Amino acid sequence: MAESRTSKSHLFRVLIGDWRQNIIYIGFIVLFLIFAVTLSDKGFLNPNNLLNIIRQTAMIAVMAIAMTFVLSAGEIDLSVGSVAGLATVTVAMAIAIAGPIAGVFAGLATGLVVGMFNGWLTTRVGIPSFLTTLAMMGIAKGAAMWISDTAAVPILNQSYAWIFGGGSIGRIPVLLFWVLILGAIGHFALRRTGFGRRVLATGGGETAARYSGIDTARIKFRVLVLSSTAAALAGMLYAGRLQSGRFQLGEGDELSVIAAAVLGGTSLFGGKGTVIGTVVGAMMIGMINNGLILMGLEYSQQLIARGGIIILAVALSQKR
Amino acid sequence: MTKPFVAVQMRGISKSFGGVKALDNVDFEVFVGEVHALLGGNGAGKSTILKVLNGIHKPETGTIQVGDQYLTESHPKEARDAGVAMNFQEMSLIPTLSVAQNIFLTREAVSKLNLINDKEAVRQAKALFDTLQVDVDPNAMVGDLGAGQKQLTEIAKAISQNAKVLVLDEPSTALAVSDVERLFVFLRKLKEKGTAIIYVSHRMDEIIQIADRATILRDGKHVISAPISKLPIDKMIEHIVGKRSNGLADVTFSKASKGDLLLELQDVCGRYRPQKVDLKVHEGEIVGLAGLLGSGRSSLARIISGITPAQSGKIKIRGKSVNFRRPGDANAAKVALVPESRSTQGIIADHSVQSNVTMASLKQLTRYGFEIKQKSQSIVDAQIKRLSIKTASRDHAVVTLSGGNQQKVVIGKWLATMPDILVLDEPTAGIDIGSKSEIVALIRNLAREGKAIIMISSELSELLTACDRIVVMEGGRIFSDNPREYYNESSNPNDDPGRQLQAAEKHLQTEIQLAVKAQTRLESTNG
Repeated sequence: MAESRTSKSHLFRVLIGDWRQNIIYIGFIVLFLIFAVTLSDKGFLNPNNLLNIIRQTAMIAVMAIAMTFVLSAGEIDLSVGSVAGLATVTVAMAIAIAGPIAGVFAGLATGLVVGMFNGWLTTRVGIPSFLTTLAMMGIAKGAAMWISDTAAVPILNQSYAWIFGGGSIGRIPVLLFWVLILGAIGHFALRRTGFGRRVLATGGGETAARYSGIDTARIKFRVLVLSSTAAALAGMLYAGRLQSGRFQLGEGDELSVIAAAVLGGTSLFGGKGTVIGTVVGAMMIGMINNGLILMGLEYSQQLIARGGIIILAVALSQKR
Repeated sequence: MTKPFVAVQMRGISKSFGGVKALDNVDFEVFVGEVHALLGGNGAGKSTILKVLNGIHKPETGTIQVGDQYLTESHPKEARDAGVAMNFQEMSLIPTLSVAQNIFLTREAVSKLNLINDKEAVRQAKALFDTLQVDVDPNAMVGDLGAGQKQLTEIAKAISQNAKVLVLDEPSTALAVSDVERLFVFLRKLKEKGTAIIYVSHRMDEIIQIADRATILRDGKHVISAPISKLPIDKMIEHIVGKRSNGLADVTFSKASKGDLLLELQDVCGRYRPQKVDLKVHEGEIVGLAGLLGSGRSSLARIISGITPAQSGKIKIRGKSVNFRRPGDANAAKVALVPESRSTQGIIADHSVQSNVTMASLKQLTRYGFEIKQKSQSIVDAQIKRLSIKTASRDHAVVTLSGGNQQKVVIGKWLATMPDILVLDEPTAGIDIGSKSEIVALIRNLAREGKAIIMISSELSELLTACDRIVVMEGGRIFSDNPREYYNESSNPNDDPGRQLQAAEKHLQTEIQLAVKAQTRLESTNG
């Protein structure tokens, strides 16, 4: 009798309970269909437009994949946008001085250094990551403005530009491959590795995780390093796509990144996260932006409509 | 018998927290293949010594030896590698992970590619629950489980480590009697295989059933270690409480005079539980709710106190129908609930005694939105005095008090609202015997003042000591409603109070088992 009760409740969960969990996918499809019908004469379904959405949201997606780990561990990283901006500058300057390979190293090093600093402040000094990364947001932006003298730094190396965001294979932009590969790695890392399970455990119940023998400080340190490194990579993609380094690149992205993860079903309170949801969430934000522009809304109206859609989606996904 | 082999040897352990000595030069020794009970009141140092053994706290002095290995690093991983496994009273479970994921956390089964294999974990968890013969869904989210299921998960997690030393810290508080029996059967098997089991419990009857030896701590000091056969319950209690107080049996049972009808329930139903409950409580009367976990006692308490609204039925207070939609409605009608979980539903641990006590009566204590300091101070001082709360001052954080005194703060908070009807859900859970009898005596005094009291407790001796009437519930329904005298054994009036209480407890236990049987029959006839 007990057996039938559990299986019945399981079936119930799958049929009824899960629709809230899957709201992001349902919402994505519904919104896509709405745009496809209402904006068909404005070229929404035109392959070029769809590929453009991918080009515009790839960087958000890359940062949001790492942000999923940060949020799942119960932390937050507000510095990703500025770190991306800083990385565009360091990459562009390193390429100008020592070539593309040095540029890649400089970009990744930027992310690692910032991430380790964030992690150290959060886990050793004990400043909450909200404050650490809020401060780092200003520091990274200031550093980028300072070393570049607030001027754009051009990137003339074509192979760098091709690999990091500018190129395409046939009509498929290279950026799509970055998102798919990083998304797949992120998904497996969170769902199927010991590291991912420890991240979820740390965010789900820190005391319990510690009592289970998990070094929660080390986990938090690692997710913050991961996040800054992903932000630096996103910056490298910005730099490659636009063939220049500028401190304004990535400005304000942290909000879209966090929104993408939360839309996808990752909890701001930790313990719950899905990388696939995050990637779809990022694409959805890009699609909303694109659709609203095609509708001919003014920027002010776009902001309001975008905010409304995000609130609606997150509200629908809340458990009651 | 050959000389028993030592599984755990802790020598001269001392540990202080902010100047307070939690452990003072304590020795603790457990043999291979025995169940060793660790006993003591609240603040005796049981949890602390277990956390030292587990590497969560670092002792200032002393040595820890597990098997032939010395533990020096004070890290949970080191203790686990040495073969120590422990359940932590629900503290080692992650609410956002599934049961199976929790059981095998940090020890996940992996596939060839080193990826986590959750299906295998579910299979192993199922097998584990099968050996324990309990029914827990390995796929369920831990956050969605009730207390009993969480506790079983916690126990399964500890057992799954195949440890040489298994520490069970109050494993049975939320378990049904039948589950406790199954757990004991399993522990005996483990013992035969040579596992050393350290068992912490406030329930003496359990200790007598399962333990071979016992160590008793008091105020951070080692009192005695002896075979259980040399420690009858009264001796144990004597060692645990010292000279402070006696057991429950000595609480004088002064009968309060029954007044007017205060609370009446007619056909009250909740969403799942309770089912069609009729209940009358008079002024000056204490009604006890007995029953197993999930029998609907706490759900009934939540309906009476307006936390969850009733789905159907009538609630009348002094003959007038009331309709509680939220806790504030009940408070306005002078109903107060001392809730089940002290730490999450009762107190705000970091706030002062004063701010906790005044939390529910701020409306009376403010004028134009400002707190009237003198009034709230005098109310807090009055509660501290009335309940004899042991605190350095009213401004000290509640977290600095012992469990029993924290509970008194919760009771004080609700007494400050001057309720007519007081509902107490497990008011003595997790507190030592001395404070228990103090709280029971306090509840009797409140009844004498004319309050109507409903009390829920899983400790039958406590219900029998405190209550005028005992209602047995099962499956959300009321099975029986008898006066306290019903459970007296008339044949032996000359027995000492301890024996009488024990006899009554047996009688009540039987009644609860009858209720379970009746409910099972009812469910099977209803399909």
